Amino acid sequence: MDWQLVLDSLGPLLWGALVGTVPLTLISFALGLVIALGIALLRMSPNPVLSWIGRAYVSVIRGTPLLVQLFLIFYGLPSVGVVLDPWPSAIIAFSLNVGGYAAEIIRAAILSVPKGQWEAGYTIGMSNATTLRRIILPQAARVSVPPLSNTFISLVKDTSLASVILVTEMFKQAQKIASVTLEFMTLYLEAALIYWAICTVLAAVQDRLEKRLDRYVAH
Amino acid sequence: MSRIDGPVLLQTKGLRKSFGDHEVLKGIDLEVRRGEVVALIGPSGSGKTTVLRSLNGLETPDQGTLAFDGGPSVDFGQGLPKQQRFAIRDRSAMVFQHHNLFPHRTVLQNVIEGPVTVQGVSKAEAVARAEQLLDRVGLADKRDAYPHELSGGQQQRVGIVRALALAPDLLLFDEPTSALDPELVGEVLVVMKELADEGWTMVVVTHELQFAREVADEVLFLDGGVVAERGAPAQLFTAPQNERTRRFLDRILRPFD
Repeated sequence: MDWQLVLDSLGPLLWGALVGTVPLTLISFALGLVIALGIALLRMSPNPVLSWIGRAYVSVIRGTPLLVQLFLIFYGLPSVGVVLDPWPSAIIAFSLNVGGYAAEIIRAAILSVPKGQWEAGYTIGMSNATTLRRIILPQAARVSVPPLSNTFISLVKDTSLASVILVTEMFKQAQKIASVTLEFMTLYLEAALIYWAICTVLAAVQDRLEKRLDRYVAH
Repeated sequence: MSRIDGPVLLQTKGLRKSFGDHEVLKGIDLEVRRGEVVALIGPSGSGKTTVLRSLNGLETPDQGTLAFDGGPSVDFGQGLPKQQRFAIRDRSAMVFQHHNLFPHRTVLQNVIEGPVTVQGVSKAEAVARAEQLLDRVGLADKRDAYPHELSGGQQQRVGIVRALALAPDLLLFDEPTSALDPELVGEVLVVMKELADEGWTMVVVTHELQFAREVADEVLFLDGGVVAERGAPAQLFTAPQNERTRRFLDRILRPFD
């Protein structure tokens, strides 16, 4: 192992994480959650057309590889006249993908809140939307933290796929340095360890978040 | 106690409701006067809870009418548009069997949620009123507790306060003590009796016959989706006219005879 190379490449890799992996993850996850809530509500709609749209969306997203989705958006869309830069392409692909997976989590979490909570909201005069926002979603949030954390952690790692559509995130940096130094094992191992470190920190954050949200739950 | 002689607050006529093939309500007429306490008793599945929930728009009867203050009546046969549902709900507040307090909110937050979010009362005013109401039911020191930190009886008293905070014309109780341990039932019934004495208009679905007997002004015995008998408690409990009422009371009051 060339330790000097490890040290020298650490800076560029961490920089790649800071300006690539982290913002890509945060922005895509935030947008993905909004999409997911919308899709979850469509799925639960009594209107058969709307609920079909929600189901179809989830089916397509979960039934096709993320890499293929990325390629379709970045390399495929230009042939129909839609040319997107690497960054917007990556954000769109990752958001849509998170939307599909998180939609099922959010739907299950909403359904896990007892019906009486909806009724209690109604009887104090709240509309459906207000009850959802103020009563149901805060309780669903607690339930969905563990599965959503999984989605989030997966996303951190999946952002490495953006390297194939030319986004300069951490793994792209590793590839660049490796292609010059030919130290593939060292660079990719280093990248792997940084992903692992990030995910370990995130798991600890998840733990704290769960404990914080636990304060109103009886044990 | 004789029937209250106030103006009619609420009147239903011919409420009918089916769940699938099962007809739960087969034409319920109900009249509640201001200041009156009406108890709905009857066996499980008799329709009493469905009647109560219909008064709050939680269920929509298939047919029948509902009117407040002798005003224009809502005709359920025509469906129940959102505006009308909200208008109905606005008149009453519900106390549930399983309290249905919001577990992610403190006691105080539970109580002020309706007034602040829905009724537009200022937070300071809502808090002051909530504290006053909590004090009344002996829970002033629990204002910052979460529901799971309270006993069942305390939870239900908070449920009552949450309903009172809306300042409704009508309080609806859906078997408020049925889910409680026996030793906790009393503290809830005491609060309910105080409310009755203060002149609140109440419709109470209950299995507590002694409460119905002592507190209600009128008792309705429901069986199989109809009002089998109605009357002042003194009369209904001591000299029931209907055979079904007599058998129901016997089963509960004298199970070993």
